[in-house]
Amino acid sequence: MTAISANPDALSVLDRPNSYIGKAVPRPNLDRLMQGRGLYVSDMELPRMAHVVFLRSPHAHAKITAIDASAARRMKGVIAVVTGRELASVITPWVGVLTHLKGLKSAPQHAIAIDRVCWQGEAVAAVVAASRAVAEDAAEIVAVEYEELEAVTDMRTALDSGTPVIHPALGDNLAFERKLDAGAVDFAFASSDEVVEADFIFGRHTGVTLEPRAVVADWNVAEARLTIYQGTQAPHMVQNIAALHLGLREMQVRVVCKDVGGSFGIKVHIYADEMATYALSKLLRRPIKFVADRVESFNTDIHARDHCCRGRIGVKRDGTIVAFEIDDLTGIGPYSMYPRTSAIEANQVVNLVGGPYLTRNYRARTRVVFQNKNVMCQYRAVGHPVACSVTEGLVDLAAQKIGMDPVEIRRRNLIPDDGYPCASPSGLRFEQLSHHAAMRKLIKMMDYDGLRAEQAALRKNNIYRGIGIASFIEVTNPSAAFYGVGGARISSQDGVAVRLDAQGSVICQTSITEQGQGSESLTAQIVGSVLGVSMERVRVILGDTDNTPYGGGTWASRGAGIGGEAALQAAKVLRKNILDVAAAILQTSAAELDIADNAIVNDRDGSPRIDLNELSRIVYFRPDTLPPGIQPELMATRHFVPREYPFAFTNGVQASWLEVDADTGFVKLLRHWVVEDCGTIINPQLVDEQIRGGVVQGLGAALFEKCIYDERGQLTNANMADYLVPMSGEMPDIDVGHVVSPTLETELGAKGAGEAGTAGAAAAVANAVNDALRPFGAIITEIPLTPQVILTALGRI
Amino acid sequence: MTLHMQITLDVNGERVDAQVLPRLNLADFLREHLQLTGTHVGCEHGVCGACTVRVDGEIVRSCLMLAVQTHNASVETIEGLSDSGEISDLQAAFRDRNALQCGFCTPGMLMAAQDLLRRHAEPDRERIREHLSGNYCRCTGYQAIIDAVETAARQRLGIKP
Repeated sequence: MTAISANPDALSVLDRPNSYIGKAVPRPNLDRLMQGRGLYVSDMELPRMAHVVFLRSPHAHAKITAIDASAARRMKGVIAVVTGRELASVITPWVGVLTHLKGLKSAPQHAIAIDRVCWQGEAVAAVVAASRAVAEDAAEIVAVEYEELEAVTDMRTALDSGTPVIHPALGDNLAFERKLDAGAVDFAFASSDEVVEADFIFGRHTGVTLEPRAVVADWNVAEARLTIYQGTQAPHMVQNIAALHLGLREMQVRVVCKDVGGSFGIKVHIYADEMATYALSKLLRRPIKFVADRVESFNTDIHARDHCCRGRIGVKRDGTIVAFEIDDLTGIGPYSMYPRTSAIEANQVVNLVGGPYLTRNYRARTRVVFQNKNVMCQYRAVGHPVACSVTEGLVDLAAQKIGMDPVEIRRRNLIPDDGYPCASPSGLRFEQLSHHAAMRKLIKMMDYDGLRAEQAALRKNNIYRGIGIASFIEVTNPSAAFYGVGGARISSQDGVAVRLDAQGSVICQTSITEQGQGSESLTAQIVGSVLGVSMERVRVILGDTDNTPYGGGTWASRGAGIGGEAALQAAKVLRKNILDVAAAILQTSAAELDIADNAIVNDRDGSPRIDLNELSRIVYFRPDTLPPGIQPELMATRHFVPREYPFAFTNGVQASWLEVDADTGFVKLLRHWVVEDCGTIINPQLVDEQIRGGVVQGLGAALFEKCIYDERGQLTNANMADYLVPMSGEMPDIDVGHVVSPTLETELGAKGAGEAGTAGAAAAVANAVNDALRPFGAIITEIPLTPQVILTALGRI
Repeated sequence: MTLHMQITLDVNGERVDAQVLPRLNLADFLREHLQLTGTHVGCEHGVCGACTVRVDGEIVRSCLMLAVQTHNASVETIEGLSDSGEISDLQAAFRDRNALQCGFCTPGMLMAAQDLLRRHAEPDRERIREHLSGNYCRCTGYQAIIDAVETAARQRLGIKP
């Protein structure tokens, strides 16, 4: 690690003997998962539980003219068949807009379609039965009559006057538009030595969580209380939305989230079929379970990244980048998703293009249009891969045009490491980034010059290898600026409660959630370090709105930075409270004492005074022996939200080394490097694995993953055999390095790391493929880079 | 189709007698009839590998096999391999290397890894990657898994890491 702005004073509370901070300690919850003793929602069974299967539209756009479920209702084991109109008696529709995204519009969406379906896969009826198999059998004999309507599928013609308007009440198919014009763009382009332009095309893809979305909703009419067991990243958001649309108070809704089989942003939203499941439980007064099958997952889990973006860059012959300009277009399906909306990705693209670089001249437009395809919304690294691929693709094209090395042009244009704090032309505020330190480290790790020599030597043998570089910035630790200011009840603050139990162990309740990132581990590491308690004596409770403080959860790379700081502050208060009690028991002053290895010790020499176990015994069972006036408080709660900076930006750079087979169009990834700066590193192993996992999702987008729709709006590869995701055999080893610039907004200094890998991986691969293909004069600005795309660019098919 | 069939099999060393529909697949039988929920269902069409179990010593996709096909067979699941201690070293290597995140693929991954190590005492990284290519993981990017399997293989051979 390279620390470029450590602040030892601010970190002193963590920099203690036996501190877990910065150590690769194993996560405490792994044995359960490795022995098959986890509890995913898909594993759950409750008394009287019934299963729901949704009958889904085979058409992209159609009127529902009749539903005949009489035969299905008579089947043995069928409990109910419920249409959208019937379900509307217990749940209200919603509109996915936020006020800070000016002009964003959408239409009311129902839990189950009423009268009309707007994408292939939208639910038209719910079949509830004693088993899933029976429900599936019954769904097959529900007769639905449709009158097919013209489907709007091509985003490029969605705004044409001849194209049908999907929601006539909205007037047109434009959901959102944003324009930005900073600096003097026209003047800058006019003064450029070269201007390069390209159309960047991104394949629509999806998250493919290995456990599909799953919900068990349990309305207990006697308690007037709904318990929702759901694999979600944001339990309190689910609580709020479920209560709002079922006409309940939030205190009547409990959301419990046990083990979650992958999330990646797929499970941070609330889907119509999940809403329908809550409503069905209320309607039928019994627990209802919904587990999407894989085909449903492809047709209904949010998609992302379906963007066409025209980009322009102006450059001087000395390598100075003078301007960026983009015109972005994206199709989001028929509705803006709820409650986070589907305009955020496009908005992020506008915010982030050009972000690592010095130029002040930047013009952007993005348009977000409706279409009759599955909904699109926020998926890991929202907008970043698009913005990074456009920016870094343009930078490489500019470098090629003026005959400059890709590393050199970046060196000349990246914001200098001593140039902070500063702001981007789009208004993003950067506290402290480290682009140059990261680039220096990357070049060394990968032996850039050595690879260039190897590349040149191999080309003589008709072996085409390429090096691709991509610098990036990443939004982490979002404040209320992300959702709260737009009116969404999505908390940006998190809370942690810590208490010493009666045997001197620590119980910690946190509002961040766990989907495998290591939330439980990092919380225990922080609390254990501050308190001087060993990690095996810290138990972390999360994922339960009845039993944790109120907070946002785990998304947008926020768990460590925000939830971690709340844990740190809560532990500090508990530590003081413990030392105050200890001082009273030991008849000394708290300043003379410390806690280490689960015991109160002398601060001066570390000699043991009293075990925490013994302190707890006295406090809980013999308080009569404490001096008069002492009321111990062995529980403390603290909350935290960033206020100074709307987002804690991180940065990094990635490099790809690959080989293109010019005869088959296949790409072989040989090696991948990442250097990133997420501030204080709580657990280096967990950070590195977040980076690697993120990179591989980005590599999937770069080479394989695409939801292929036909012109009628039919998703043609909605299964795991035809929709390709990265497999172990085709993935490279990934080397990860760090630069450490802690945020000074928190005592912890941690920024997020969950999305950095995904942000830049595709850009690095695309640049590497173009580098490899340079002898052929081919340039590709489209992903996924399938053999077909590559051979087409080479003129071979 | 509606007639149940009687099957008798051995599951993790215990004799099981059951009446099942012919269409019931092994994954659903294990999960819903025997509550062995460590066997996960990811795709239900034999691609993702999350439902991998051992039948008569061979790893199979339990979503592609019918429960009635296991009549008189011996079935081993992640619960069985964990309790017998057969893969405790692999599990330790996974834990130390953080070779799992959400854990949903992990039981199947461990099944496939153990299958490899029983066939090849000293697989190189390429062979490990190849053998595990039928088991999808969306969280880790695979490298940590490859590292963990490599470590466990070396330890079984008595090679210090």
